[in-house]
Amino acid sequence: MSAMRYERPGTLEAAVALLSGATGAARVLAGGTDLLVQMRTGRIEPQLLVDCKDIPEMTAIVADDGGFRFGAATPCMALVEHEAFTKACPGVIDGVKLIGSIQVKGRASVGGNVCNASPAADSVPALIAAGAVATIIGPGGRRETRVENIATGPGKTSLARDEILVSLLVPRKPPHSADAYLRFTPRTEMDIAVVSAGVNLTLDRDGVCRKARVSLGAVAERALLVSEAGAALIGTTVDEAALEKLAAAAAAACKPIDDKRGTKAYRIKVAGVLARRAAQIALDRARKVN
Amino acid sequence: MADTVLYPERELKVVGTQPVRPDGVPKVTGLAQYGADFTLPGMLWGRILRSPHAHARIRAINTKKAEALPGVKAVITAADLPEQKFDYVGPERVAINFWHMTRNILAREKVLYEGHALAAVAATSKSIAEEALKLIEVDYEVLPHVIDVDEAMQPDAPLLFEDMITRGVQPPPTKPSNVSKRIEFKLGDVDKGFAAADEIVEASYKTKPVHQGYIEPHACLARFDTDGQAEVWSSSQGHFVVRTFTSRLVGMKVGDLRCHAAEIGGAFGGKTVVYVEPIAVVLSKKSGHPVKIMMSREEVFKASGPTSGASMTIKLGVMRDGRIVAAEGIFKYQAGAFPTSPVMNGCMCSFAPYDIANVRTIGYDVVCNRPKTVAYRAPGSPISAFAAESTMDLAARRIGMDPIEFRLKNIARPGSQTVWGAKLAHAGFAETLHALQKHPGYKAPLGKNQGRGVAAGYWFNGGGESSATVHVNEDGTVVVAEGSPDIGGSRASIALMAAETLGIPYENVRPIVADTNSVGYTQATGGSRVTYATGMTVINACNKVIDEMCVRAAKLWKVERADVIWEDGHARPAGKRAGEFEPLSFKAIAAKRTATGGPITASAAMNAEGQAPGFSAQFCDVEVDPDTGYVKILRYVAAQDVGRAIHPGYCEGQIHGGVVQGIGWALNEEYIYDRNGRMENPGFLDYRIPVASDVPMIEAIMVEVPNPNHPYGVKGVAEANIVPPTATIANAVHSATGLRLTDLPMSPPKVLAALDSARKR
Ligand SMILES: Cc1cc2nc3c(=O)[nH]c(=O)nc-3n(C[C@H](O)[C@H](O)[C@H](O)COP(=O)(O)OP(=O)(O)OC[C@H]3O[C@@H](n4cnc5c(N)ncnc54)[C@H](O)[C@@H]3O)c2cc1C
Repeated sequence: MSAMRYERPGTLEAAVALLSGATGAARVLAGGTDLLVQMRTGRIEPQLLVDCKDIPEMTAIVADDGGFRFGAATPCMALVEHEAFTKACPGVIDGVKLIGSIQVKGRASVGGNVCNASPAADSVPALIAAGAVATIIGPGGRRETRVENIATGPGKTSLARDEILVSLLVPRKPPHSADAYLRFTPRTEMDIAVVSAGVNLTLDRDGVCRKARVSLGAVAERALLVSEAGAALIGTTVDEAALEKLAAAAAAACKPIDDKRGTKAYRIKVAGVLARRAAQIALDRARKVN
Repeated sequence: MADTVLYPERELKVVGTQPVRPDGVPKVTGLAQYGADFTLPGMLWGRILRSPHAHARIRAINTKKAEALPGVKAVITAADLPEQKFDYVGPERVAINFWHMTRNILAREKVLYEGHALAAVAATSKSIAEEALKLIEVDYEVLPHVIDVDEAMQPDAPLLFEDMITRGVQPPPTKPSNVSKRIEFKLGDVDKGFAAADEIVEASYKTKPVHQGYIEPHACLARFDTDGQAEVWSSSQGHFVVRTFTSRLVGMKVGDLRCHAAEIGGAFGGKTVVYVEPIAVVLSKKSGHPVKIMMSREEVFKASGPTSGASMTIKLGVMRDGRIVAAEGIFKYQAGAFPTSPVMNGCMCSFAPYDIANVRTIGYDVVCNRPKTVAYRAPGSPISAFAAESTMDLAARRIGMDPIEFRLKNIARPGSQTVWGAKLAHAGFAETLHALQKHPGYKAPLGKNQGRGVAAGYWFNGGGESSATVHVNEDGTVVVAEGSPDIGGSRASIALMAAETLGIPYENVRPIVADTNSVGYTQATGGSRVTYATGMTVINACNKVIDEMCVRAAKLWKVERADVIWEDGHARPAGKRAGEFEPLSFKAIAAKRTATGGPITASAAMNAEGQAPGFSAQFCDVEVDPDTGYVKILRYVAAQDVGRAIHPGYCEGQIHGGVVQGIGWALNEEYIYDRNGRMENPGFLDYRIPVASDVPMIEAIMVEVPNPNHPYGVKGVAEANIVPPTATIANAVHSATGLRLTDLPMSPPKVLAALDSARKR
């Protein structure tokens, strides 16, 4: 094992400069709950770690035009304990709460969850369903993109090697909107999603669904935004027939693999079940909010 | 919550209380020393090279480049260990063959499973040792492999040992196979029994190997001196076993090896053998430095023992009134890469809870390309019980009888004949079933998709060889030095029994697990034997101390020994001298040690017999998610005959532990192999033992039917509890879904597939 350099810059510019200047493998370090585990198993051997927890913008949670913007390195527990955030984004919180134990969540960040690019990452489907927007910084400045555009495959992202995910914006929801996230795991905790589903929907005053976004995790090489599944709900009262259609559309969108965590057939079937159950929870929540 | 059924027969003051364990504080403050916590000056790090192949011939190993790496102080292969004679030694149930054992420590002709050790290095740092492993060149001829037990028994299966002829078959087969041994037990006439039966129920089952799942990986520190003396500190259930095996495998005198038992972070049978100890000793000998080896979790999964997976068929003949008239079981157990699975135990235990006139059990011990199996909590019994107790449930359904009633109708009682010849000598089985039946939950209504299942299980429990010495200190405190590594709170139980016997407070007893040079031979902690056998040995030593205390009092009073009795922790004048002197306390006599003859100490050693078997009966309620196949355990009630609960909290803990491990076995635990026979889930993320939130509060019912052969009524309590869970849960799933699952684990994909295919029908 060769020597490794650890840096903890205080500004985004300094962090980007470190990454741009790196000769060998360099990594951004947030909570380290993925990165350090991968280093210990020998999967990666970075020569430079850029810890970004000292960069204020990367750990702040701020209200933003009725929505919320939070730093990519904000520990999950800070989100879970943020009352206004949890009220505004219950589905995102459903996902965040599932990441590891309380101890793990004390370090783990949503930015790390997104950038680790696991197809089973628990915060991602809910963020996609919520229409979350990522702010990314690089040597050329800032850019914005939707969360669904970040992961490109297992462990791979669309970020350049000297880019950093700065923050995530969960936009303001119209009235009568709510989201929900569910995952299936054989164990109740400390497990990886075999299948997961995030649903975000908006009802009109008559209880008819006007907007719906559905995202599935662990059923393809990255979390999917399934527009057909959302479309199945739009214009309906989210009744039995609509939920049936949603489940079918979700199952049809799956491109899973057979692996140690589940078979193809199982994942496809359960994706429909979970999408439906998550939609039901989102619906119940949406009916309660004004 | 625990519920205790009492059979009082003698008043006890200390036994039955629940003090803090003597090893508790160091464990919670982090000062306790586990296997990996020992260091010595000049210590090196040992690492082991393991096979990436499930089955391959080793054409050559070249260690030159590794030896040349700066920082590397020794490299060893099997050539550094003496060859062993091919011979099965010891009692048949646990026979050992050192020819096999040495090949499991370091492979010789072939590697037989992925993870099989074949070389080791000692270096000045972990990373250098790791680097050196990469420099060892091994020329493999990769061979076809076989993982599954039924496939391993096929005539064209790849052979692990080209010359293995099945033992126990007459005349011996002419062709080699992977079947190491066949055994058969018979009682009465099964064919006649089946012919007379009103109903015959038959079903086949499969289980997967499961790992003991201890949290602490194997670890040891060894030092070998130039005078030929060696010392080992390791995480083990039996430091005397470490001494026996290591000295034999390394080729040294038993007396030259001193072994220490570290605190242990779980074992469950998996630490009754050696893996790293002989390697560390040889590396130390070769390098001249102490050597520490710690396995990683991945190594633990790939190279230390699970228990067997099995393929089994059970046939029961029953009368409409509930009587079982014939029982037959065929059990094919995986031994792993080397012979000797616990199939013999499986054959013996499967129908042991019941009094059945006609029984036949047949067992096959089968090798395959996976790690060699090792003992796991009631070795062999939970496997055959899954098959037997699932079929018991089918039989009870067939005749429309309540499953507890059905078992009570057939329950073995003192005098009942077992299939292996002995007669049951103890009560407790029926009492345990009655206690379970009385639980208010047993009749509680069930909701949609919910079901209730019942099963029972038997375990022999152990006696065996133990030694102990009790030292009396000048202030009246005592040290109890015994030889049983404490894996379940045994120091607390032993201190309780010593305090009770001596009539002194628990806090005045300091129990220690002494090293192999400081106490007499003591068998490994296993078979639920320690509280019984080592406990009895300590009680015997305490009785000798009491006798000596009376001798000392007689000296002080200048009376005859016969005129002194021991009562309530005091020597009292008795007989013709009764009332002449004030009683002398334990402490007062201890203080007069020097004047009355010097140090007061007594030893005892014995080969304890008269242990009573363990029996547990359990019920659970489950809810099966019809859309995902997820099985949720809603309630779990486990009744067990504990003889007498010496420390009730730790007895309850044993029941909780056995049930939780059984739940993991039933629902999720399995080794997942790829096409090349490589394990895909060698970690706790994907090898799914239950987490706390997966299980409900387990309700333990401790039934106390004392063992008359033990001064305080002890029966072993650590194992019977893991026998019933898999069938209890399968029976509950049947009740919830109408489907019989015969293949473990009952993981969500499997349950959903079963539900879906039933829905299609
Ligand atoms: C015991 C345990 C249980 C877990 N359970 C779950 C679970 O249930 N669900 C789940 O989804 N995950 C789980 N995880 C995985 C992990 O905790 C999460 O993915 C977590 O969100 C990662 O965040 P982190 O801040 O620790 O990321 P890090 O480990 O710091 O980083 C992860 C990756 O993202 C990169 N990265 C981090 N931040 C940025 C950034 N701002 N810009 C660019 N790249 C960045 C890093 O370079 C690295 O490649 C678990 C992990 C452990 C150890």
